[in-house]
Amino acid sequence: MADDAAGSVTTTSSLGEQRDVEAWKSAAAGEPPAHAMPWHGPVIAASLKDAVLVALVAAALGFFFLGLRTEIGVGTLEMTTRWNVLIIAILVVFVARLVLNLLVFKTSRPITTGIDRLAPSASALALIGRVLGPLLLVVAVALPFLLLEFAGGRARQFIDLAILILTYIMLGWGLNIVVGLAGLLDLGYVAFYAVGAYSFGLLAHYSGLGFWVCLPVAGFLAAMWGLILGFPVLRLRGDYLAIVTLAFGEIIRIILLNWYDFTNGPDGISGIPKPTFFGLEFSRGDDGFDAFFGLKYSSLHRFIWLYYIILALALVTNFVTHRLRRLPIGRAWEALREDEIACRSLGINTRNTKLTAFAMGAMFGGFAGSFFATRQGFISPESFTFIESAIILAIVVLGGLGSQIGVVLAAIVMIGGIEMLRNLNFLKEVFGPNFEPTHYRMLIFGLAMVFIMVWKPRGLVTSREPSAVLKEKKRIGADMVAQGEGH
Amino acid sequence: MEYFLQQLINGLTLGSIYGLIAIGYTMVYGIIGMINFAHGDIFMVGAFISLMMILALGLTASAGLAFMLLALFIVLVVAMVFTSVWGWTVERLAYRPLRGSFRLAPLITAIGMSIVLQNFVQVTQGARVKPLQPIVSGGFQIAEGTGPNQIVVQLSYMQIIIIVTTVVLMAGFSLLIAKTPLGRAQRACEQDQKMAALLGINVDRTISLTFVMGAALASVAGLMFLLYYGVIDFYIGFLAGVKAFTAAVLGGIGSLPGAMLGGLLIGLIETFWSGYFTVEYKDVAAFSILAIVLIFLPSGLLGRPDVEKV
Repeated sequence: MADDAAGSVTTTSSLGEQRDVEAWKSAAAGEPPAHAMPWHGPVIAASLKDAVLVALVAAALGFFFLGLRTEIGVGTLEMTTRWNVLIIAILVVFVARLVLNLLVFKTSRPITTGIDRLAPSASALALIGRVLGPLLLVVAVALPFLLLEFAGGRARQFIDLAILILTYIMLGWGLNIVVGLAGLLDLGYVAFYAVGAYSFGLLAHYSGLGFWVCLPVAGFLAAMWGLILGFPVLRLRGDYLAIVTLAFGEIIRIILLNWYDFTNGPDGISGIPKPTFFGLEFSRGDDGFDAFFGLKYSSLHRFIWLYYIILALALVTNFVTHRLRRLPIGRAWEALREDEIACRSLGINTRNTKLTAFAMGAMFGGFAGSFFATRQGFISPESFTFIESAIILAIVVLGGLGSQIGVVLAAIVMIGGIEMLRNLNFLKEVFGPNFEPTHYRMLIFGLAMVFIMVWKPRGLVTSREPSAVLKEKKRIGADMVAQGEGH
Repeated sequence: MEYFLQQLINGLTLGSIYGLIAIGYTMVYGIIGMINFAHGDIFMVGAFISLMMILALGLTASAGLAFMLLALFIVLVVAMVFTSVWGWTVERLAYRPLRGSFRLAPLITAIGMSIVLQNFVQVTQGARVKPLQPIVSGGFQIAEGTGPNQIVVQLSYMQIIIIVTTVVLMAGFSLLIAKTPLGRAQRACEQDQKMAALLGINVDRTISLTFVMGAALASVAGLMFLLYYGVIDFYIGFLAGVKAFTAAVLGGIGSLPGAMLGGLLIGLIETFWSGYFTVEYKDVAAFSILAIVLIFLPSGLLGRPDVEKV
């Protein structure tokens, strides 16, 4: 029955896309759509009516939440009213909807048609795709020095942000193996991130080992957990898999939280050592990195070193994925994503294929987690909540499933975006001193997730480089990519 | 024995709340095959609307019985109506534009909507927990313990209200699905949307109504949760949502009696685990049971087996 529904959904999608393509073609040719209306009266009336309805819905939605506010008063909850906020919100919604109706939704010549024409053609996109990767790589390698040169006093802040973005890029690439290539929907990826972080944290805490020794161990342990968690879910498909992986993520977090004797529970583990530069520590002393190279001591050097570590780790992830796709195992992953039954009929061992995908993805998650632990110097279960899994999955899906460069773009947009929202203090001058812009960060993040997805359901980068080719390379357009059916 | 009985009553109460939320998941999954991740947060929105209605009506424990029943009924109806608007809007904004798109897209917008709802409530109502003085107190003593602990088995009025409301709503709801044209349309869309559309069923409207019904039931669960526990915050939706989804999967997703059964089971497992073992690991217990059931019975307890078609 579920398959029936999926079947009909796919057909409607192809129909819808066809219609879109036709509309786009006629718009691109500069022809007005067939139902052009020379007289604008009905348009305005319809727009007004629609805007009033939308405003009514907004009023119903906002009545309790914007119009009223509960505060903890003396002994009991007190309720205050603030109708002005509600009225302003309703007016904003009304005007916005009216303007959108008049200019986009109801008019015969939406102003957005021009935007479609601005979008680069497929061949131009292919060129951009070829150039963008190496270009980003060059920028990434040179970034710390560019920042030191141009950002001045804020260099440290920007390098920190770049490290954060690269961590998410690496996590995205790791999850891409599981979700994008093998098509296994994993909502508990943060579990492996946590395993990696805690492996290093606990090893450092109990045996005093350093980052470079623990990194492979953390990756190995995370891969083992990938196998352990992957084994029971082999028979599950689609959303069942999603919910069980989510449950596993939560179980690991709850255990880390409650096993106080071993993991220190909610207090976390602190004093995790920083990575050394081939045995040299980034300290002020005589045997430190700066003294050894005869440089003036600067705490920035450690950040730059951290930056290059995560850059290298991320690039290794990308390189390995890239190479694996050409190996039989990588092709088996992609075949599994497209059709599990066909896979089995052709003699592919689906059990091993799934398990290797889980283990590979988990291993890179473990590396990233270990890096996270060393960067923060402190870990607690709070860093490994479901929202992290959701953000990583959102990066993968928003980037375009299976697309490596898409993950980079999505991570820069989403993570860079949220961090930029920390600097919205100028809004205080507009809305008054009580306005706290940082509270709106996650709200805007969530809205961005919804709108980007509605705008580009297949992600930012939709074309695919085929893994195996006969004679010549052809790029696969978005309409041909039928992945993510979730088997 | 008395202890067991008490845990049984508590478990059934908690299970009723999970069951009411689980119905929303299972219906949406049945009709469009997606996990409505924002459903737990719709439940939270329902709890907040109930809280504000109770404050607006000035309902306290000292109110007379007639006024209390009337007021609770008004709160219930208002919460159902306004939460339904939220459910409808979420579907309209985040899921309908993606209908027929590839399957992970609505999952991502659902997670996005969940983040939006949580943070919207946090921004507008504050992050601190909202305590509510108990309104319905007292209850029956069913049995008095004879052992050294002298455990008294109590069935509070609140628990009676929760269980009775759930049973009444479930009965009404099953009737709605089984007998009315709306229920027929809903079941038709569940089986084959295209065929249903060809036979003159407004598929979009039916799907919207599914979300509305799910949200209404979730708001009832929200009110019950608020009255039972007396404290809510903007984050209650996540855990309750995951548990309720677990319940829906456990019972066999797409099956209404399954959702109810799964809810009761999850409630009972959780209560007994906290009662006899450790409170800290009660969620681990619930999730482990889910994993074990799915491994041996991949379509849940009451679900129809998923036939693979080539």
